[in-house]
Amino acid sequence: MNSEIIEITLRSIYVSGTATLLSATWSLPLGLAIGLRDFYGKRFVKGVFNAFLGMPTVVLGLILFLLIRHAGPFGFLNLLFTPLAIIVGQAILITPIMVSFTTSAVESIDPEVRDLAKTLGATEIQASLAVLKEAAGGTLLAFIASFNRAIAEMGVAYMVGGSIPGFTMVLTTAIALQRDMANIELGLALATILLSIVFAINLTLNLIQKRRP
Amino acid sequence: MGKTEALIVALILVAVVSVAGMIIYVKTTAKERLRISTTTSLYDTGLLEAIRSHYEAKRSIDIQIISRGTGLALKLAQDGDADMILVHAPSKEMLFLKQGYGVCRKIIAYNFFAIVGPEADPAEIRGLTTLEAMTKIVEAGRNGQAIWVSRGDDSGTHIKEKELWEAAGFAWEDLRSETSWYVEASKGMGGTLILASERSAYTLTDMGTYLSHSAAGLIDLKVLISQEEELLNVYSAIAVNQTRHPHTNFSGAINFIKFLVSDEGQQLISDYGKDEYGQPLFYPAVKPLQENTDPVADSIREYAFFNGTECPVEYRNGHPELYG
Repeated sequence: MNSEIIEITLRSIYVSGTATLLSATWSLPLGLAIGLRDFYGKRFVKGVFNAFLGMPTVVLGLILFLLIRHAGPFGFLNLLFTPLAIIVGQAILITPIMVSFTTSAVESIDPEVRDLAKTLGATEIQASLAVLKEAAGGTLLAFIASFNRAIAEMGVAYMVGGSIPGFTMVLTTAIALQRDMANIELGLALATILLSIVFAINLTLNLIQKRRP
Repeated sequence: MGKTEALIVALILVAVVSVAGMIIYVKTTAKERLRISTTTSLYDTGLLEAIRSHYEAKRSIDIQIISRGTGLALKLAQDGDADMILVHAPSKEMLFLKQGYGVCRKIIAYNFFAIVGPEADPAEIRGLTTLEAMTKIVEAGRNGQAIWVSRGDDSGTHIKEKELWEAAGFAWEDLRSETSWYVEASKGMGGTLILASERSAYTLTDMGTYLSHSAAGLIDLKVLISQEEELLNVYSAIAVNQTRHPHTNFSGAINFIKFLVSDEGQQLISDYGKDEYGQPLFYPAVKPLQENTDPVADSIREYAFFNGTECPVEYRNGHPELYG
Protein backbone atom coordinates (compact mmCIF):
# COMPACT_ATOMS: atom_id res chain seq x y z
CA MET A 1 0.00 0.00 0.00
CA ASN A 2 2.80 2.39 0.91
CA SER A 3 4.48 2.18 -2.46
CA GLU A 4 1.09 2.85 -4.03
CA ILE A 5 0.68 6.05 -1.99
CA ILE A 6 4.15 7.23 -2.99
CA GLU A 7 3.51 6.39 -6.63
CA ILE A 8 0.23 8.35 -6.69
CA THR A 9 1.82 11.32 -4.91
CA LEU A 10 4.79 11.45 -7.29
CA ARG A 11 2.49 11.13 -10.29
CA SER A 12 0.38 14.02 -9.00
CA ILE A 13 3.40 16.26 -8.52
CA TYR A 14 4.85 15.28 -11.90
CA VAL A 15 1.60 15.77 -13.81
CA SER A 16 0.68 19.10 -12.21
CA GLY A 17 4.30 20.32 -12.26
CA THR A 18 4.62 19.58 -15.97
CA ALA A 19 1.24 21.21 -16.58
CA THR A 20 2.47 24.36 -14.82
CA LEU A 21 5.68 24.49 -16.87
CA LEU A 22 3.84 23.78 -20.09
CA SER A 23 1.31 26.49 -19.37
CA ALA A 24 4.14 28.93 -18.56
CA THR A 25 5.54 28.59 -22.08
CA TRP A 26 2.51 30.43 -23.44
CA SER A 27 1.07 32.15 -20.36
CA LEU A 28 4.18 34.11 -19.43
CA PRO A 29 4.68 35.70 -22.87
CA LEU A 30 0.95 36.37 -23.01
CA GLY A 31 0.89 37.98 -19.56
CA LEU A 32 3.96 40.00 -20.39
CA ALA A 33 2.47 41.22 -23.66
CA ILE A 34 -0.83 42.22 -22.06
CA GLY A 35 0.91 43.90 -19.13
CA LEU A 36 3.37 45.89 -21.21
CA ARG A 37 1.30 47.01 -24.15
CA ASP A 38 -1.56 49.41 -24.48
CA PHE A 39 -3.99 48.28 -27.11
CA TYR A 40 -7.63 48.66 -27.98
CA GLY A 41 -9.70 46.22 -25.92
CA LYS A 42 -7.01 45.58 -23.32
CA ARG A 43 -9.49 45.87 -20.46
CA PHE A 44 -11.75 43.42 -22.23
CA VAL A 45 -8.95 40.89 -22.70
CA LYS A 46 -7.96 41.19 -19.04
CA GLY A 47 -11.61 40.83 -18.08
CA VAL A 48 -11.89 37.61 -20.06
CA PHE A 49 -8.88 36.06 -18.34
CA ASN A 50 -10.21 37.17 -14.97
CA ALA A 51 -13.58 35.64 -15.72
CA PHE A 52 -11.96 32.30 -16.56
CA LEU A 53 -10.08 32.28 -13.25
CA GLY A 54 -13.07 30.54 -11.76
CA MET A 55 -13.54 28.02 -14.58
CA PRO A 56 -15.25 24.98 -13.03
CA THR A 57 -12.83 22.12 -13.54
CA VAL A 58 -15.45 19.55 -14.50
CA VAL A 59 -16.80 21.82 -17.23
CA LEU A 60 -13.35 22.06 -18.77
CA GLY A 61 -12.94 18.32 -18.19
CA LEU A 62 -16.16 17.57 -20.02
CA ILE A 63 -15.29 19.82 -22.97
CA LEU A 64 -11.84 18.23 -23.28
CA PHE A 65 -13.33 14.75 -22.96
CA LEU A 66 -15.66 15.44 -25.88
CA LEU A 67 -12.76 16.81 -27.94
CA ILE A 68 -10.26 13.99 -27.38
CA ARG A 69 -12.46 10.89 -27.15
CA HIS A 70 -12.04 8.55 -30.06
CA ALA A 71 -15.10 9.89 -31.88
CA GLY A 72 -14.14 13.50 -31.17
CA PRO A 73 -12.24 15.89 -33.48
CA PHE A 74 -8.91 15.16 -31.74
CA GLY A 75 -9.55 11.44 -31.25
CA PHE A 76 -6.73 10.53 -33.60
CA LEU A 77 -4.21 11.74 -31.00
CA ASN A 78 -5.17 8.85 -28.70
CA LEU A 79 -4.94 11.16 -25.72
CA LEU A 80 -8.00 10.07 -23.74
CA PHE A 81 -7.25 8.47 -20.37
CA THR A 82 -3.51 9.18 -20.50
CA PRO A 83 -1.39 11.30 -18.13
CA LEU A 84 -0.64 13.60 -21.05
CA ALA A 85 -4.34 14.42 -21.36
CA ILE A 86 -4.37 15.56 -17.72
CA ILE A 87 -1.21 17.61 -18.27
CA VAL A 88 -2.67 19.43 -21.26
CA GLY A 89 -6.03 19.89 -19.51
CA GLN A 90 -4.51 21.32 -16.36
CA ALA A 91 -2.19 23.54 -18.41
CA ILE A 92 -5.26 25.05 -20.06
CA LEU A 93 -7.08 25.27 -16.72
CA ILE A 94 -4.32 27.34 -15.10
CA THR A 95 -3.62 29.59 -18.07
CA PRO A 96 -5.97 32.36 -16.82
CA ILE A 97 -4.31 32.32 -13.38
CA MET A 98 -0.84 32.54 -14.79
CA VAL A 99 -1.73 35.23 -17.33
CA SER A 100 -3.59 37.38 -14.78
CA PHE A 101 -0.88 37.10 -12.14
CA THR A 102 1.87 37.87 -14.63
CA THR A 103 -0.07 40.80 -16.07
CA SER A 104 -0.57 42.42 -12.67
CA ALA A 105 3.01 41.72 -11.67
CA VAL A 106 4.28 43.39 -14.82
CA GLU A 107 1.89 46.32 -14.49
CA SER A 108 3.07 46.98 -10.97
CA ILE A 109 6.59 47.61 -12.27
CA ASP A 110 7.47 51.20 -12.99
CA PRO A 111 7.19 51.73 -16.76
CA GLU A 112 10.46 53.61 -16.58
CA VAL A 113 12.33 50.30 -16.32
CA ARG A 114 11.35 49.44 -19.86
CA ASP A 115 11.94 52.95 -21.17
CA LEU A 116 15.33 53.07 -19.51
CA ALA A 117 16.33 49.71 -20.95
CA LYS A 118 15.30 50.91 -24.39
CA THR A 119 17.22 54.16 -23.98
CA LEU A 120 20.25 52.07 -23.15
CA GLY A 121 19.87 50.36 -26.51
CA ALA A 122 17.93 47.23 -25.56
CA THR A 123 15.71 45.58 -28.15
CA GLU A 124 11.98 45.21 -27.50
CA ILE A 125 12.43 41.65 -26.22
CA GLN A 126 15.39 42.54 -24.04
CA ALA A 127 13.43 45.42 -22.54
CA SER A 128 10.46 43.11 -21.82
CA LEU A 129 12.78 40.65 -20.13
CA ALA A 130 14.17 43.43 -17.98
CA VAL A 131 10.64 44.13 -16.77
CA LEU A 132 9.99 40.43 -16.16
CA LYS A 133 13.14 40.31 -14.08
CA GLU A 134 11.88 43.16 -11.93
CA ALA A 135 8.56 41.36 -11.60
CA ALA A 136 10.22 38.09 -10.56
CA GLY A 137 8.36 37.89 -7.24
CA GLY A 138 4.98 38.27 -8.89
CA THR A 139 5.89 35.75 -11.57
CA LEU A 140 6.90 33.20 -8.97
CA LEU A 141 3.55 33.81 -7.34
CA ALA A 142 1.92 32.98 -10.68
CA PHE A 143 3.77 29.64 -10.81
CA ILE A 144 2.89 28.68 -7.26
CA ALA A 145 -0.78 29.63 -7.49
CA SER A 146 -1.05 27.74 -10.78
CA PHE A 147 0.56 24.57 -9.46
CA ASN A 148 -1.67 24.78 -6.41
CA ARG A 149 -4.81 24.94 -8.52
CA ALA A 150 -3.60 22.12 -10.78
CA ILE A 151 -2.71 19.63 -8.06
CA ALA A 152 -5.92 20.30 -6.11
CA GLU A 153 -8.31 20.02 -9.06
CA MET A 154 -10.26 16.88 -9.78
CA GLY A 155 -12.62 17.56 -12.68
CA VAL A 156 -10.03 17.42 -15.45
CA ALA A 157 -8.08 14.53 -13.92
CA TYR A 158 -11.27 12.50 -13.54
CA MET A 159 -12.85 13.29 -16.91
CA VAL A 160 -9.87 12.98 -19.24
CA GLY A 161 -7.53 10.95 -17.02
CA GLY A 162 -10.07 8.30 -16.08
CA SER A 163 -8.34 7.59 -12.75
CA ILE A 164 -6.80 4.36 -14.05
CA PRO A 165 -4.86 2.67 -11.23
CA GLY A 166 -1.13 2.65 -11.90
CA PHE A 167 -1.49 4.99 -14.89
CA THR A 168 -3.60 8.12 -14.48
CA MET A 169 -4.75 7.99 -10.86
CA VAL A 170 -3.75 11.19 -9.05
CA LEU A 171 -4.25 12.26 -5.43
CA THR A 172 -7.67 13.88 -5.88
CA THR A 173 -9.22 11.05 -7.89
CA ALA A 174 -7.61 8.45 -5.60
CA ILE A 175 -9.22 10.06 -2.55
CA ALA A 176 -12.65 9.93 -4.17
CA LEU A 177 -12.11 6.30 -5.19
CA GLN A 178 -11.03 5.25 -1.70
CA ARG A 179 -14.32 6.56 -0.34
CA ASP A 180 -16.19 4.47 -2.91
CA MET A 181 -14.11 1.45 -1.91
CA ALA A 182 -14.77 2.12 1.78
CA ASN A 183 -11.00 2.36 2.43
CA ILE A 184 -11.30 5.31 4.77
CA GLU A 185 -7.78 5.04 6.25
CA LEU A 186 -6.09 5.06 2.87
CA GLY A 187 -8.33 7.92 1.76
CA LEU A 188 -7.37 9.92 4.83
CA ALA A 189 -3.68 9.20 4.27
CA LEU A 190 -3.91 10.49 0.69
CA ALA A 191 -5.96 13.49 1.83
CA THR A 192 -3.31 14.34 4.42
CA ILE A 193 -0.61 14.26 1.76
CA LEU A 194 -2.59 16.50 -0.57
CA LEU A 195 -3.34 18.92 2.27
CA SER A 196 0.33 19.03 3.25
CA ILE A 197 1.35 19.84 -0.31
CA VAL A 198 -1.27 22.58 -0.64
CA PHE A 199 -0.48 24.04 2.80
CA ALA A 200 3.25 24.04 2.12
CA ILE A 201 2.64 25.85 -1.14
CA ASN A 202 0.35 28.44 0.41
CA LEU A 203 2.86 29.06 3.17
CA THR A 204 5.53 29.76 0.56
CA LEU A 205 3.07 31.99 -1.24
CA ASN A 206 2.49 34.03 1.92
CA LEU A 207 6.19 34.36 2.59
CA ILE A 208 6.80 35.65 -0.92
CA GLN A 209 3.93 38.10 -0.71
CA LYS A 210 5.23 39.44 2.59
CA ARG A 211 8.62 40.09 1.08
CA ARG A 212 7.16 42.01 -1.82
CA PRO A 213 7.17 45.79 -1.38
CA MET B 1 22.70 36.00 -22.53
CA GLY B 2 21.38 37.49 -19.28
CA LYS B 3 20.21 35.64 -16.23
CA THR B 4 16.52 36.07 -16.99
CA GLU B 5 16.89 34.83 -20.55
CA ALA B 6 18.81 31.82 -19.32
CA LEU B 7 16.05 31.12 -16.81
CA ILE B 8 13.38 31.35 -19.48
CA VAL B 9 15.28 29.08 -21.84
CA ALA B 10 15.74 26.61 -18.98
CA LEU B 11 12.04 26.77 -18.21
CA ILE B 12 11.06 26.05 -21.79
CA LEU B 13 13.59 23.21 -21.95
CA VAL B 14 12.25 21.61 -18.77
CA ALA B 15 8.68 21.90 -20.01
CA VAL B 16 9.54 20.39 -23.39
CA VAL B 17 11.54 17.56 -21.86
CA SER B 18 8.78 16.71 -19.36
CA VAL B 19 6.10 16.63 -22.02
CA ALA B 20 8.31 14.72 -24.45
CA GLY B 21 9.20 12.24 -21.72
CA MET B 22 5.53 11.66 -21.07
CA ILE B 23 4.74 11.21 -24.76
CA ILE B 24 7.54 8.69 -25.14
CA TYR B 25 6.41 6.89 -22.00
CA VAL B 26 2.82 6.67 -23.22
CA LYS B 27 3.55 5.80 -26.86
CA THR B 28 6.45 3.41 -26.65
CA THR B 29 5.85 1.20 -23.65
CA ALA B 30 6.56 -2.17 -25.20
CA LYS B 31 3.69 -3.69 -23.25
CA GLU B 32 0.40 -4.52 -24.83
CA ARG B 33 -2.42 -2.39 -23.47
CA LEU B 34 -5.90 -3.62 -22.64
CA ARG B 35 -8.44 -1.02 -21.61
CA ILE B 36 -11.45 -2.33 -19.71
CA SER B 37 -14.36 -0.15 -18.79
CA THR B 38 -16.30 -1.72 -15.99
CA THR B 39 -19.23 -1.50 -13.65
CA THR B 40 -18.15 -0.07 -10.32
CA SER B 41 -19.19 -3.06 -8.20
CA LEU B 42 -16.49 -5.29 -9.70
CA TYR B 43 -13.79 -2.70 -9.11
CA ASP B 44 -14.87 -1.10 -5.85
CA THR B 45 -15.03 -4.45 -4.10
CA GLY B 46 -11.38 -4.99 -5.06
CA LEU B 47 -12.10 -8.10 -7.17
CA LEU B 48 -10.89 -6.61 -10.43
CA GLU B 49 -7.69 -5.31 -8.84
CA ALA B 50 -7.00 -8.83 -7.56
CA ILE B 51 -7.64 -10.33 -11.01
CA ARG B 52 -5.52 -7.64 -12.65
CA SER B 53 -2.44 -8.24 -10.51
CA HIS B 54 -2.82 -12.01 -10.96
CA TYR B 55 -3.16 -11.67 -14.74
CA GLU B 56 -0.38 -9.11 -15.21
CA ALA B 57 2.07 -11.11 -13.08
CA LYS B 58 2.40 -13.78 -15.75
CA ARG B 59 2.01 -11.71 -18.89
CA SER B 60 3.52 -8.67 -20.51
CA ILE B 61 0.36 -6.64 -20.57
CA ASP B 62 -0.90 -3.40 -19.06
CA ILE B 63 -4.50 -3.67 -17.96
CA GLN B 64 -6.12 -0.27 -17.62
CA ILE B 65 -9.36 -0.21 -15.70
CA ILE B 66 -11.90 2.57 -15.95
CA SER B 67 -14.53 2.08 -13.28
CA ARG B 68 -17.64 4.17 -13.95
CA GLY B 69 -20.82 2.16 -13.87
CA THR B 70 -22.51 0.12 -16.58
CA GLY B 71 -24.10 3.07 -18.40
CA LEU B 72 -20.85 4.89 -19.04
CA ALA B 73 -18.95 1.63 -19.57
CA LEU B 74 -21.26 0.84 -22.49
CA LYS B 75 -20.97 4.38 -23.84
CA LEU B 76 -17.16 4.40 -23.76
CA ALA B 77 -17.01 1.03 -25.50
CA GLN B 78 -19.58 2.14 -28.06
CA ASP B 79 -17.35 5.09 -29.00
CA GLY B 80 -14.24 2.92 -29.19
CA ASP B 81 -12.67 4.35 -26.05
CA ALA B 82 -12.30 0.90 -24.44
CA ASP B 83 -11.32 -2.57 -25.66
CA MET B 84 -13.82 -4.53 -23.61
CA ILE B 85 -16.46 -4.11 -20.94
CA LEU B 86 -17.56 -5.86 -17.77
CA VAL B 87 -21.20 -5.05 -17.08
CA HIS B 88 -24.37 -6.29 -15.41
CA ALA B 89 -27.43 -5.18 -17.36
CA PRO B 90 -28.55 -8.00 -19.71
CA SER B 91 -31.19 -5.91 -21.49
CA LYS B 92 -28.64 -3.22 -22.36
CA GLU B 93 -26.08 -5.85 -23.33
CA MET B 94 -28.39 -7.38 -25.93
CA LEU B 95 -28.90 -3.96 -27.45
CA PHE B 96 -25.15 -3.43 -27.44
CA LEU B 97 -24.62 -6.65 -29.41
CA LYS B 98 -27.50 -5.95 -31.78
CA GLN B 99 -26.23 -2.50 -32.63
CA GLY B 100 -22.94 -4.08 -33.63
CA TYR B 101 -20.77 -2.53 -30.93
CA GLY B 102 -19.90 -5.69 -29.03
CA VAL B 103 -19.11 -9.32 -29.72
CA CYS B 104 -18.19 -12.52 -27.87
CA ARG B 105 -20.30 -12.00 -24.76
CA LYS B 106 -19.56 -14.39 -21.92
CA ILE B 107 -21.36 -14.61 -18.61
CA ILE B 108 -18.63 -14.69 -15.99
CA ALA B 109 -20.24 -14.45 -12.56
CA TYR B 110 -23.43 -13.85 -10.63
CA ASN B 111 -24.60 -12.87 -7.21
CA PHE B 112 -27.70 -11.33 -5.74
CA PHE B 113 -28.77 -7.80 -5.21
CA ALA B 114 -30.19 -7.02 -1.81
CA ILE B 115 -32.81 -4.64 -0.56
CA VAL B 116 -31.35 -2.98 2.49
CA GLY B 117 -32.94 -0.60 4.93
CA PRO B 118 -33.03 0.63 8.51
CA GLU B 119 -33.14 -1.90 11.33
CA ALA B 120 -36.59 -0.61 12.37
CA ASP B 121 -37.97 -1.54 8.93
CA PRO B 122 -40.89 0.96 8.90
CA ALA B 123 -42.40 -0.56 5.73
CA GLU B 124 -42.33 -4.03 7.33
CA ILE B 125 -40.77 -5.83 4.40
CA ARG B 126 -38.77 -8.46 6.32
CA GLY B 127 -39.67 -11.93 5.15
CA LEU B 128 -41.69 -10.77 2.14
CA THR B 129 -40.96 -11.61 -1.47
CA THR B 130 -39.14 -8.97 -3.49
CA LEU B 131 -42.17 -7.70 -5.37
CA GLU B 132 -44.38 -7.62 -2.26
CA ALA B 133 -41.65 -5.65 -0.55
CA MET B 134 -41.45 -3.13 -3.39
CA THR B 135 -45.22 -2.60 -3.16
CA LYS B 136 -45.02 -2.17 0.63
CA ILE B 137 -42.26 0.40 0.29
CA VAL B 138 -44.34 2.44 -2.16
CA GLU B 139 -47.34 2.35 0.23
CA ALA B 140 -45.24 3.30 3.24
CA GLY B 141 -43.51 5.98 1.18
CA ARG B 142 -46.79 7.53 0.13
CA ASN B 143 -47.89 7.52 3.78
CA GLY B 144 -44.72 9.34 4.72
CA GLN B 145 -43.32 6.41 6.70
CA ALA B 146 -40.47 5.30 4.46
CA ILE B 147 -37.94 6.70 2.02
CA TRP B 148 -36.44 4.98 -1.00
CA VAL B 149 -33.05 6.05 -2.37
CA SER B 150 -32.38 5.27 -6.02
CA ARG B 151 -28.97 5.27 -7.72
CA GLY B 152 -30.49 7.43 -10.44
CA ASP B 153 -27.39 7.14 -12.62
CA ASP B 154 -28.26 4.59 -15.33
CA SER B 155 -25.92 2.07 -13.74
CA GLY B 156 -26.60 -1.67 -13.84
CA THR B 157 -28.10 -1.48 -10.36
CA HIS B 158 -30.33 1.40 -11.41
CA ILE B 159 -31.52 -0.51 -14.47
CA LYS B 160 -32.31 -3.49 -12.21
CA GLU B 161 -34.25 -1.21 -9.89
CA LYS B 162 -36.38 0.08 -12.76
CA GLU B 163 -37.09 -3.50 -13.89
CA LEU B 164 -38.18 -4.40 -10.36
CA TRP B 165 -40.59 -1.47 -10.13
CA GLU B 166 -42.06 -2.50 -13.42
CA ALA B 167 -42.40 -6.12 -12.33
CA ALA B 168 -44.16 -4.95 -9.17
CA GLY B 169 -46.63 -3.03 -11.32
CA PHE B 170 -45.36 0.53 -11.00
CA ALA B 171 -44.24 2.94 -13.67
CA TRP B 172 -40.82 4.14 -12.63
CA GLU B 173 -41.33 7.52 -14.29
CA ASP B 174 -44.35 8.12 -12.02
CA LEU B 175 -42.56 7.08 -8.82
CA ARG B 176 -39.71 9.34 -9.76
CA SER B 177 -41.99 12.38 -9.59
CA GLU B 178 -43.06 11.49 -6.04
CA THR B 179 -40.10 13.31 -4.58
CA SER B 180 -41.41 13.28 -1.00
CA TRP B 181 -40.20 9.71 -0.55
CA TYR B 182 -38.39 8.71 -3.78
CA VAL B 183 -34.89 10.20 -3.67
CA GLU B 184 -32.45 10.01 -6.57
CA ALA B 185 -28.85 9.92 -5.39
CA SER B 186 -27.04 10.27 -8.75
CA LYS B 187 -24.08 8.70 -7.01
CA GLY B 188 -22.09 5.50 -7.15
CA MET B 189 -23.22 2.57 -5.00
CA GLY B 190 -21.09 3.62 -2.02
CA GLY B 191 -22.43 7.18 -2.02
CA THR B 192 -26.00 5.92 -2.46
CA LEU B 193 -25.65 3.58 0.53
CA ILE B 194 -24.28 6.38 2.69
CA LEU B 195 -27.15 8.64 1.67
CA ALA B 196 -29.69 5.89 2.40
CA SER B 197 -28.09 5.28 5.78
CA GLU B 198 -28.10 8.99 6.68
CA ARG B 199 -31.79 9.21 5.87
CA SER B 200 -32.78 5.80 7.30
CA ALA B 201 -34.03 4.85 3.86
CA TYR B 202 -34.35 1.71 1.77
CA THR B 203 -32.26 1.05 -1.30
CA LEU B 204 -31.22 -1.65 -3.75
CA THR B 205 -27.55 -2.61 -3.58
CA ASP B 206 -25.07 -5.20 -4.74
CA MET B 207 -23.83 -7.35 -1.85
CA GLY B 208 -20.13 -6.56 -2.34
CA THR B 209 -20.42 -2.81 -1.90
CA TYR B 210 -22.86 -3.27 1.00
CA LEU B 211 -20.51 -5.61 2.86
CA SER B 212 -17.42 -3.45 2.40
CA HIS B 213 -19.25 -0.32 3.57
CA SER B 214 -20.81 -2.12 6.51
CA ALA B 215 -17.46 -3.54 7.58
CA ALA B 216 -15.91 -0.05 7.42
CA GLY B 217 -18.69 1.28 9.66
CA LEU B 218 -19.81 3.80 7.04
CA ILE B 219 -23.42 2.70 6.98
CA ASP B 220 -26.03 1.46 9.41
CA LEU B 221 -28.37 -0.56 7.21
CA LYS B 222 -29.58 -4.15 7.41
CA VAL B 223 -30.08 -6.65 4.59
CA LEU B 224 -33.84 -7.18 4.55
CA ILE B 225 -34.31 -9.15 1.35
CA SER B 226 -31.72 -11.11 -0.59
CA GLN B 227 -31.08 -14.40 -2.38
CA GLU B 228 -34.40 -14.06 -4.21
CA GLU B 229 -34.65 -15.07 -7.84
CA GLU B 230 -35.85 -11.60 -8.83
CA LEU B 231 -32.71 -10.13 -7.30
CA LEU B 232 -30.33 -12.15 -9.46
CA ASN B 233 -27.36 -10.11 -10.66
CA VAL B 234 -25.42 -11.44 -13.65
CA TYR B 235 -22.05 -10.11 -14.77
CA SER B 236 -20.85 -10.45 -18.36
CA ALA B 237 -17.72 -9.67 -20.35
CA ILE B 238 -18.09 -8.31 -23.89
CA ALA B 239 -15.33 -7.49 -26.36
CA VAL B 240 -15.63 -4.36 -28.49
CA ASN B 241 -16.33 -5.22 -32.13
CA GLN B 242 -13.12 -4.67 -34.03
CA THR B 243 -14.87 -4.35 -37.37
CA ARG B 244 -16.47 -1.24 -35.94
CA HIS B 245 -13.41 0.09 -34.14
CA PRO B 246 -10.28 -1.28 -35.86
CA HIS B 247 -7.91 0.40 -33.38
CA THR B 248 -9.10 -1.62 -30.39
CA ASN B 249 -7.16 -4.50 -28.86
CA PHE B 250 -9.50 -7.33 -29.81
CA SER B 251 -7.12 -10.26 -29.32
CA GLY B 252 -6.18 -8.91 -25.89
CA ALA B 253 -9.84 -8.69 -24.96
CA ILE B 254 -10.53 -12.25 -26.14
CA ASN B 255 -7.55 -13.57 -24.17
CA PHE B 256 -8.75 -11.82 -21.04
CA ILE B 257 -12.29 -13.13 -21.47
CA LYS B 258 -10.88 -16.64 -21.92
CA PHE B 259 -8.97 -16.20 -18.69
CA LEU B 260 -12.07 -15.02 -16.82
CA VAL B 261 -14.05 -18.12 -17.84
CA SER B 262 -11.12 -20.53 -17.32
CA ASP B 263 -10.95 -22.66 -14.18
CA GLU B 264 -8.23 -20.38 -12.86
CA GLY B 265 -10.24 -17.22 -13.41
CA GLN B 266 -13.44 -18.71 -12.03
CA GLN B 267 -11.57 -19.88 -8.92
CA LEU B 268 -10.27 -16.34 -8.34
CA ILE B 269 -13.83 -15.02 -8.56
CA SER B 270 -15.28 -17.58 -6.16
CA ASP B 271 -12.51 -17.17 -3.57
CA TYR B 272 -12.53 -13.41 -3.51
CA GLY B 273 -13.75 -11.82 -0.28
CA LYS B 274 -14.17 -15.10 1.63
CA ASP B 275 -11.44 -14.22 4.12
CA GLU B 276 -12.52 -10.65 4.61
CA TYR B 277 -16.30 -11.02 4.76
CA GLY B 278 -16.77 -14.67 5.63
CA GLN B 279 -18.73 -15.18 2.42
CA PRO B 280 -17.90 -14.94 -1.25
CA LEU B 281 -18.98 -11.72 -2.96
CA PHE B 282 -19.37 -13.28 -6.40
CA TYR B 283 -20.20 -16.78 -7.58
CA PRO B 284 -18.62 -18.26 -10.71
CA ALA B 285 -21.21 -18.72 -13.47
CA VAL B 286 -19.44 -20.98 -15.96
CA LYS B 287 -19.74 -24.30 -14.13
CA PRO B 288 -23.40 -24.03 -13.08
CA LEU B 289 -24.32 -23.24 -16.67
CA GLN B 290 -22.35 -26.25 -17.99
CA GLU B 291 -23.44 -28.76 -15.37
CA ASN B 292 -27.03 -27.66 -15.02
CA THR B 293 -27.44 -29.22 -11.57
CA ASP B 294 -27.82 -25.99 -9.65
CA PRO B 295 -31.30 -24.46 -10.08
CA VAL B 296 -29.63 -21.05 -10.36
CA ALA B 297 -28.58 -22.05 -13.89
CA ASP B 298 -32.18 -21.84 -15.03
CA SER B 299 -32.62 -18.47 -13.38
CA ILE B 300 -29.52 -17.16 -15.12
CA ARG B 301 -30.78 -18.48 -18.45
CA GLU B 302 -34.13 -16.88 -17.99
CA TYR B 303 -32.73 -13.55 -16.89
CA ALA B 304 -29.56 -13.11 -18.92
CA PHE B 305 -29.78 -15.34 -22.03
CA PHE B 306 -30.86 -14.12 -25.45
CA ASN B 307 -32.74 -16.66 -27.59
CA GLY B 308 -31.46 -19.50 -25.42
CA THR B 309 -27.78 -18.56 -25.51
CA GLU B 310 -25.44 -16.17 -23.73
CA CYS B 311 -24.26 -14.92 -27.12
CA PRO B 312 -26.15 -15.60 -30.38
CA VAL B 313 -23.98 -17.22 -33.08
CA GLU B 314 -23.87 -14.13 -35.28
CA TYR B 315 -22.12 -12.18 -32.53
CA ARG B 316 -19.40 -14.73 -31.81
CA ASN B 317 -17.03 -13.23 -34.35
CA GLY B 318 -14.94 -16.26 -35.20
CA HIS B 319 -14.50 -17.45 -31.64
CA PRO B 320 -16.76 -20.51 -31.35
CA GLU B 321 -14.27 -22.07 -28.91
CA LEU B 322 -15.56 -19.66 -26.24
CA TYR B 323 -18.90 -21.43 -26.33
CA GLY B 324 -17.81 -25.04 -25.77
